[in-house]
Amino acid sequence: MRSLRRFFTRLANSATSRAQDERLREEIEEHIALETAENLRAGLSPIEARRQAMLKFGGVEAMKQDYRAERGLQLIENLVRDVRFALRMLRKSPGFTAVAVVTLAVAIGANAVVFGVLNALILRPLNVPQAESLWGIERGSDRAVNQSYPDYLDLRDRNRSFDDLAAYNVAPAGLDTGNNPSSNWILEVTGNYFDALGIQPYLGRFFHGADEHGPNSAPYIVLTYAFWHSHFQDDRGVVGRTVQLNKHPFTILGVAPAEFRGTLMFLFPDFWVPIVNQEQVEGENVLNARGNRGILMVLGHLKAGVTAPQAVADLNSVGSYLEKTYPKDDGQMTFSLTRPGLTGDWLGGPLRAFLTGLMLLAGLILLAACANLGSLFAARAADRSREVALRLALGAGRLRILRQLFTEAVLISLVGGAVGLWGSVGLLRGLSVWQPLPTAPIQVPVNPDANVYAVALLLSLASAFLFGAVPVRQVLHTDPYQVIKSGSTGVVGRRITVRDLLLVVQIAICAVLVTSSLVAVRGLVRSLHSNFGFEPKNALLVETALSMAGYSADRTPAMQKRMIDALETIPGVKSVGLVDRLPLYYGANSSTIFADKTTDLRPANTAAEAMIYNISPEYFDAARTSLLAGRTLSWHDDNNAPRVAVVNREFASKIFGSATDAIGKYFKRRDGTRIQVIGIVEDGKYASLAEDPQPAMFLPILQWPSSQVCLVVRSDGDPQQLAPAIKSTVQDLDAGLPFTLRTWNQELESALFPSRMATLSLGVLGVMGAMLSITGVFGMAAYSVSKRLRELGIRMALGAQRKEVLQAALGRAFKLLAFGSAVGLLLGILASRVLAFIVYQATPRDPLVLAGVVLAMLLLGLLATWIPAQRALSIDPVILLREE
Amino acid sequence: MKQKTDVLQGTLALMVLKTLDVLGPLHGYGVARRIEQISGDLLAVNQGTLYPVLLRLEQEGAIASEWGASENNRRARFYRLTAEGRKQLQVETQDWEKTAAIIGRFFAAKAEDLS
Repeated sequence: MRSLRRFFTRLANSATSRAQDERLREEIEEHIALETAENLRAGLSPIEARRQAMLKFGGVEAMKQDYRAERGLQLIENLVRDVRFALRMLRKSPGFTAVAVVTLAVAIGANAVVFGVLNALILRPLNVPQAESLWGIERGSDRAVNQSYPDYLDLRDRNRSFDDLAAYNVAPAGLDTGNNPSSNWILEVTGNYFDALGIQPYLGRFFHGADEHGPNSAPYIVLTYAFWHSHFQDDRGVVGRTVQLNKHPFTILGVAPAEFRGTLMFLFPDFWVPIVNQEQVEGENVLNARGNRGILMVLGHLKAGVTAPQAVADLNSVGSYLEKTYPKDDGQMTFSLTRPGLTGDWLGGPLRAFLTGLMLLAGLILLAACANLGSLFAARAADRSREVALRLALGAGRLRILRQLFTEAVLISLVGGAVGLWGSVGLLRGLSVWQPLPTAPIQVPVNPDANVYAVALLLSLASAFLFGAVPVRQVLHTDPYQVIKSGSTGVVGRRITVRDLLLVVQIAICAVLVTSSLVAVRGLVRSLHSNFGFEPKNALLVETALSMAGYSADRTPAMQKRMIDALETIPGVKSVGLVDRLPLYYGANSSTIFADKTTDLRPANTAAEAMIYNISPEYFDAARTSLLAGRTLSWHDDNNAPRVAVVNREFASKIFGSATDAIGKYFKRRDGTRIQVIGIVEDGKYASLAEDPQPAMFLPILQWPSSQVCLVVRSDGDPQQLAPAIKSTVQDLDAGLPFTLRTWNQELESALFPSRMATLSLGVLGVMGAMLSITGVFGMAAYSVSKRLRELGIRMALGAQRKEVLQAALGRAFKLLAFGSAVGLLLGILASRVLAFIVYQATPRDPLVLAGVVLAMLLLGLLATWIPAQRALSIDPVILLREE
Repeated sequence: MKQKTDVLQGTLALMVLKTLDVLGPLHGYGVARRIEQISGDLLAVNQGTLYPVLLRLEQEGAIASEWGASENNRRARFYRLTAEGRKQLQVETQDWEKTAAIIGRFFAAKAEDLS
């Protein structure tokens, strides 16, 4: 208590030192005067009396020091003095300060942005109570998150580790609140979803497990806060209202709290609907099919005290029961746990790898910036060696001088960090409201939180100590006598200095960044020009689900045919094809395939996993997918005709050995249906641009009906001109059918999004690295030229040629550049492996990439040394030597 | 070195408090004189060391100070004991006596007492 009070008094005193000094002076004077008077009375002469008094009082200055130390806080006072001095020094060299601050701002800003994204998507859990015990379940060795509904029920009812298990699915659905059909993204969830997650309603009530009584028994809707706000204008009377969902009456039960936006990190649904009503939402009910793994994810809270390994063991025992009981449907039923926000490893894996890689690169940027600033500081310390020597000679401790230098470093890095953070917070806020894809409610909620600020501060301080430490050795070894005598740092060293090493490190880092961004750009270009297996140019897409307008399964085929026929009559339309789900769309449908001779159709005996597309006969024509052999499908391939399929080349060679052999052969689907191959088409891209060739099969829509409709409208000119006619045609057919109309190229944005983002972020980092290298090399070259002006002048006076002067001035810089680039290129080649996850055929062993890196580094070197070279060449030995 | 100052300061502080307790408000010189008279050579040199101690005590709230007139009618800073200081003096006196008693007993002990 006492010491606390004293601390505050001292803190206050640190600010008001003047008045206090005056008081002490007066007290000392009075003290000595009194003692002198005493001595006079004792009979001493006036001069002797005062002398004795002074002697007795003791050293005034030493006492004053003690007094001051006692009065204020030494540390703070010194700090204030250091900061003031540092500010003065920095103000004296605004160029240096600006370069240092901007360098750090860019580097720390980049780190803050990358960390912000990493923090929001990977480190931060879903916004549910007790998120740390919430796990999603992954299945099998390939860690798939999707499950079938019957399996989910068994897992839910037979496990002993989870409080409860919920499941959900993402689906589009048409909502009509009164003559305004709109297409929305919803989550179909199990009845216990909200209870299992522990969410309380903001308004009204949620549905519960007890509300489920078989198919279509729970026509309820729970709105998200955002959707309630934007579509119902915060109307509290919305609870209990009946609306049309896919033309079926549904009752709005309540509104979820604003902070709960579903169980996916990046996709925010508009509302939740019980999954037992799947038939009304998706047009068909597959909840009884154990082999249909249409549930996107199963998740739940672990019971208190149950560890993750215990839960996995428990799930696996349920799994082995399932394997034994349902050998036909359930293959490998081993389980593992995953964080649910990013649909497990399917998206989380590559995203985590990419963001970690990006964070690593951003860290390298910061390191490069520190190396840069370190050499700047070292150069500055060398220039200030006279000042340092003078202070040392006057008795300043080396520690004190180092503290001074560090104060400068910390000041710069704090200012730089603040500027960088300010920029990155702006960027992150922008990212958070950005909707990158026009077709899906995808958002990246990366609003910065306290973690981001803390990391930025930590990075600022850490980098300050990194680059502040560079000149330490220099200062510690300063010999004041030598420095003041010889007038400058003296000899230009021939040996390798710390500064050289830093520069090499920095150039290497830059080369890594340039390499990886070039690899990414090449990959992007290649994926843009790779063969998709269709032609996205000059094609419009009409997307809808007939279930949204209440079409039952028996009415769907007729409506689909009518749509195709109606659209084909529009002038300018060359052909119209239908597919249930586009290739390269979010998620792809695939199914297991068996060889014809296989009779035991258990998952272990599958021949391949093939993509499935249910198409109309004209699809290949409209999509410009070329037929390699056999015939295409026709409208006669209906339910009464034998089952047929067109497969791609990969399918043919994988199952039948070769493309030509496949025609006329049979294969089996899981339900035992024998299908004859009637044609072969070219390979394409189905799930992602970065994939290897995959088997795919195209089945007639009349044999495998689907409510999902995507009409590919091929035009001979600019497809946009057809848009109004297409719109009115579809509306004429059914005004209550919500649909979207866009070009195929627009649709492909979603497929290109990951590699675009990768290329963009790597490109930005690459440019940053290059900028840092340029300033680094520039600083080093300029410094060495300015230090050796005299020597160069003498060389010129003695008849050195321009080439020799340049070699003397910049040879070292170029050698370092070459060495650093080589090291960086090697490292970059290693680092590019990470990129292969996202970027199509990311390989740095590509002559164009290698040449590009070398060229970029060369250009960078030229750019950085241009001005110092000019300066070296423009030396006039006469003027220079006269000055000295 | 530092410890020695601390001990000196600690002792000095106690002496200051006691002096002010016995004699009432005094200026710095007065305190120095009294301590010198009683303790002999502790403050015979370096009377100045008293001032940091006074400041410290004031910051701790044990003493308070105000300007007043000295014997030769000049402005001087007078220090007086506060209630808190009186409490502190009491506690420290007891502590000191206890310590002194223990040390005293220790020094008085003979070999056979300790065996």
